[in-house]
Amino acid sequence: MNSFFARKFVIQGIFITIAIVIVARLFYIQVIDKTYLLSANNNVLRKVVVYPARGVVYDRNGKVLVQNEPVYDLLVTPIEAKEIDTALLCQLIDIDREGFQTRMDKARTHSPYRPSIFEKQLSAATYAQLQEHLYKFRGFYVQNRTVRSYPDSIAPQLLGYIQEVNDKDIERSEGFYRPGDYIGATGIERSYEELLRGQRGVKNQMVDALNRPKGSFMEGKYDTLAVAGDGLVSTIDHDLQILAEKLMKNKMGSVVAIEPATGEILTFVSAPSYDPNMMVGRQRGNNYMKLLRDETRPMFIRPIQASYPPGSVFKVVAALTAQQAGVIDEKTVFYCPGGYRYGGGRAIMRCTHVDGATSLVKSIQTSCNTYYGYTYARMIDSRGMSGPKAYDLWREALGKFGLGHTLGIDLPGEKPGLIPTSDFYTKRYGNDKWRSSFNISLSIGQGEMGITPLQMANIMAIVANRGFYYRPHLVKAIGEKGIVKDEFKEKISAGVEAKYYEPVIEGMRRAVNVPGGTGYRVRVPGVEMCGKTGTVQNPHGENHAVFFAFAPRENPKIAIAVFVENAGYGGVWAGPIANMLVEKYLKDTISLPKYEQDRIFNANFLPKPKTKKEEELNKSTSNSKKQTRQPGTSGTQATEPRRELFVHHSQIRKGHQ
Amino acid sequence: MREKSFFGRIDWFTILLWFALCLIGWFNIYAAVYDPEQPSIFSMATNYGKQSIYIFTALIIGFSILIIDAKFFISTSPLIYIVVILLLILVLIIGRNVGGNQAWIPLGSFRLQPSEFGKLATCLLLASYLSSQTNKNPNIKTLLIGALIVLLPVALVMLQPDTGSALAFFALIFVFYREGYVGNTLLLLGGLAILLFISALLVNQWVIIGILALIAGLLIYSLRKKRKYIINVGILFLACSVYVLCVDYAYEHVLQSHQRNRIDVILGKMHDPRGEGYNLNQSKIAIGSGQLLGKGFLQGTQTKYKFVPEQSTDFIFCTIGEEWGFVGSTVLIAIYLTLLLRLVNIAERQRTAFARIYAYGVASILFFHFFINIGMTIGIVPVIGIPLPFISYGGSSLWSFTILLFILLRFDSSRKGLNG
Repeated sequence: MNSFFARKFVIQGIFITIAIVIVARLFYIQVIDKTYLLSANNNVLRKVVVYPARGVVYDRNGKVLVQNEPVYDLLVTPIEAKEIDTALLCQLIDIDREGFQTRMDKARTHSPYRPSIFEKQLSAATYAQLQEHLYKFRGFYVQNRTVRSYPDSIAPQLLGYIQEVNDKDIERSEGFYRPGDYIGATGIERSYEELLRGQRGVKNQMVDALNRPKGSFMEGKYDTLAVAGDGLVSTIDHDLQILAEKLMKNKMGSVVAIEPATGEILTFVSAPSYDPNMMVGRQRGNNYMKLLRDETRPMFIRPIQASYPPGSVFKVVAALTAQQAGVIDEKTVFYCPGGYRYGGGRAIMRCTHVDGATSLVKSIQTSCNTYYGYTYARMIDSRGMSGPKAYDLWREALGKFGLGHTLGIDLPGEKPGLIPTSDFYTKRYGNDKWRSSFNISLSIGQGEMGITPLQMANIMAIVANRGFYYRPHLVKAIGEKGIVKDEFKEKISAGVEAKYYEPVIEGMRRAVNVPGGTGYRVRVPGVEMCGKTGTVQNPHGENHAVFFAFAPRENPKIAIAVFVENAGYGGVWAGPIANMLVEKYLKDTISLPKYEQDRIFNANFLPKPKTKKEEELNKSTSNSKKQTRQPGTSGTQATEPRRELFVHHSQIRKGHQ
Repeated sequence: MREKSFFGRIDWFTILLWFALCLIGWFNIYAAVYDPEQPSIFSMATNYGKQSIYIFTALIIGFSILIIDAKFFISTSPLIYIVVILLLILVLIIGRNVGGNQAWIPLGSFRLQPSEFGKLATCLLLASYLSSQTNKNPNIKTLLIGALIVLLPVALVMLQPDTGSALAFFALIFVFYREGYVGNTLLLLGGLAILLFISALLVNQWVIIGILALIAGLLIYSLRKKRKYIINVGILFLACSVYVLCVDYAYEHVLQSHQRNRIDVILGKMHDPRGEGYNLNQSKIAIGSGQLLGKGFLQGTQTKYKFVPEQSTDFIFCTIGEEWGFVGSTVLIAIYLTLLLRLVNIAERQRTAFARIYAYGVASILFFHFFINIGMTIGIVPVIGIPLPFISYGGSSLWSFTILLFILLRFDSSRKGLNG
């Protein structure tokens, strides 16, 4: 004991004070402040997104058009990826050291602590090899996903493709999509995106401080399952589509076949085509650029985006609208001297031959220009009203046939085609005093008229139905319940009474089934096919071959439009294609002689590759470029101005004059 | 007082507290480094297995000490001090560098950390020296020599450099305070210095000087009748102002950047949960997520998945906080506080100055470790790497603290025979 004994209490007081401070602090962080518990959970919880399987697309008979195939994304958390065997990894996933570095840098920029995608979509084979060595690559792990796969490599333009979402997509979706997600970019993939994509699931996984998975959180109590996307049943007939694509190989153009009674599209070909599998996988970027640079533009969806003057096949519409307007009837006869004179006899619209006295039926059968010159003149000039007013009425009638506006197919990017308004001509001619002679070429489907192949096929469906159509569409049933969209069940009238169709159909029947008809050579044995050939004049080269038809005459099952660019006569090139498809569809055979089939299969109407001279010229001017170029793309880099492949209707205007 | 047997005179309550802390440590080390492939708590391949050996040996060491004659420690205290000082010099030459600190002497599979024993030796020699001076009034010469005894090992430990262990020696200020070498004023001034130090780092120095000037002005006004106090206040104000300015300078130019960062993180000046603040942040998350009752033994996710580094040693309190919650943590703190208060009481019942001074030394050092170690895990003091006595994993630390404590118990048990 000494004089400073009392200081014992000071010291004990300090001990107690500090203990109280610590306990108070513990009380605050453990009992009051709840953020630490949250942080602890965030530390160990990784919300792993479980990607749903995208909906499968079937053809109308249940055959798979698009399915899913597993692929493996390689992810890396840069901070953990140290002291790894770079060379081995590069070899396993087939990249070079430089590529490794760029990928690593990119991942590090994203976040050194969070995983980011190192290499996308490794194939199952690559993954199998990699997996054996994966334990050597700390910080790397694999996440599986599915990609689209197309077992028969058909119908790329209508099925479309999916691609990674961009910032705009994410913004538009209000947070539904996250970076790295896929979204339908074109085709059915895009128009049915919301059904196909399904619902993402979340798996709550626990990880340790090194981000290694340590099992599921609370035995998966808070996990949500991924819901697979709805399957779609397409209207497409798989076999018919394959045949049509084969027939259109090395050609440019379209084939559209519709089931008239429903508006279901049986075949939808845009040629030239490409393998939809090209748009999947690690080579996607290269392939995409290749397709984009291809001057035949395979990604262009010709059936709904290309519009052409329809040519003679338009006479069907002309005949029907004229009857409904009352300017002609079944018994109307015009005399054809081999051409239609107009403008006071100074100009002539020639016929291919002298038809003499021509009835309505015969005019369709022989495709008489003169007859439709007169019809159009009556339509515009003899209705007791001004030219523009009469024209507008006519234009309205054409609109009911689906011309000049989109039909509303369930495919993005549909173009309306073109039927000019009366104002267009009034402006062009400076006043509204113009008459039929000013735009007489419209009467035979030439001039300032643009119709998409889909619209052409739809006209055939209208004729087959004798006066109405269903909106052409590509998906007939959605999901397990097979829901059909209401808009596709709606019957749309074309505004022409049924009785007016018979003479036109009779003309079309004769065109195919009577010797001397424009389509006689492509008749289908045992089937009463009604068709119409067309040859669209093309100032840039060979004419476009057109054929459209429906069959059989009674209770039609198929309406078809075939359009082959730069091929020549419709009866020679487009007709046989339609013939084979119709027979295949109705009778599941093709009776066209083998040599005739081969003639079509082997025909090549693609623009000629550059001549050798040009090639050499190219070589000398762009040697360095040549070396980096991929094989198979030679000639796609145009040194000459790109040739316009699609003839705008206005460019054909004077072709027949 | 009733005559007791030898074992009857031992303070069993303290031994009970000691043993409780060792067991708590052992179980929590088990939880902290739990390896599912080595589920046995005695598995020698793991730290928890090794700790069981350390505890067992500590028990043997402890009871061996109780058998040794207390006078032995008094008479050999200079020798022990010299040996430890030599070891501290030796470790600088042949020591193994672990984590930037040259603090370990490898002895086979075991690593000896002389700085842990430095505290013991210093306590003993300090007790020996100060007790020899008790017949005089406290004077400056004794204080200086006493300070020298403390500062010599501090300097050597700083050279390793192991700031944390070195700082622990400063806890002995309580000894000087109790013995009257350091006055209340000095203790207050020390408190003021710490307060100003922290303020100076948090607030602009001129603001602090302004506030100080305001306080000084008010004081001078209220004390205007007493000239002597006015001068004192004036001097104090000037001293504080200079100190504040010095702190800022020292902070920027003397402290190493990692030390600066640690202080910055504590003061909340720097938010850096992935860098310097990582340990602290994860440690707080671990403890905070324990909530009231804790997540349960082996259920702490922070612990299990190794989010807190050094978890079996310096950050062992995280495991306790996370798995046993506020209740468990409070129990531990209560055990510690009981031990510390008990030690002060033991100190005061000693009949010899030596034993009393030594006892205060033990209490001070344990207190410092307890406060700094737990304080850093909950973010009220900077991260300083020192163990939590009896709980943290490690043989050197457990043995040295056990020896420290049991020597005291030995003195206590024979206090009646040691009149002096």
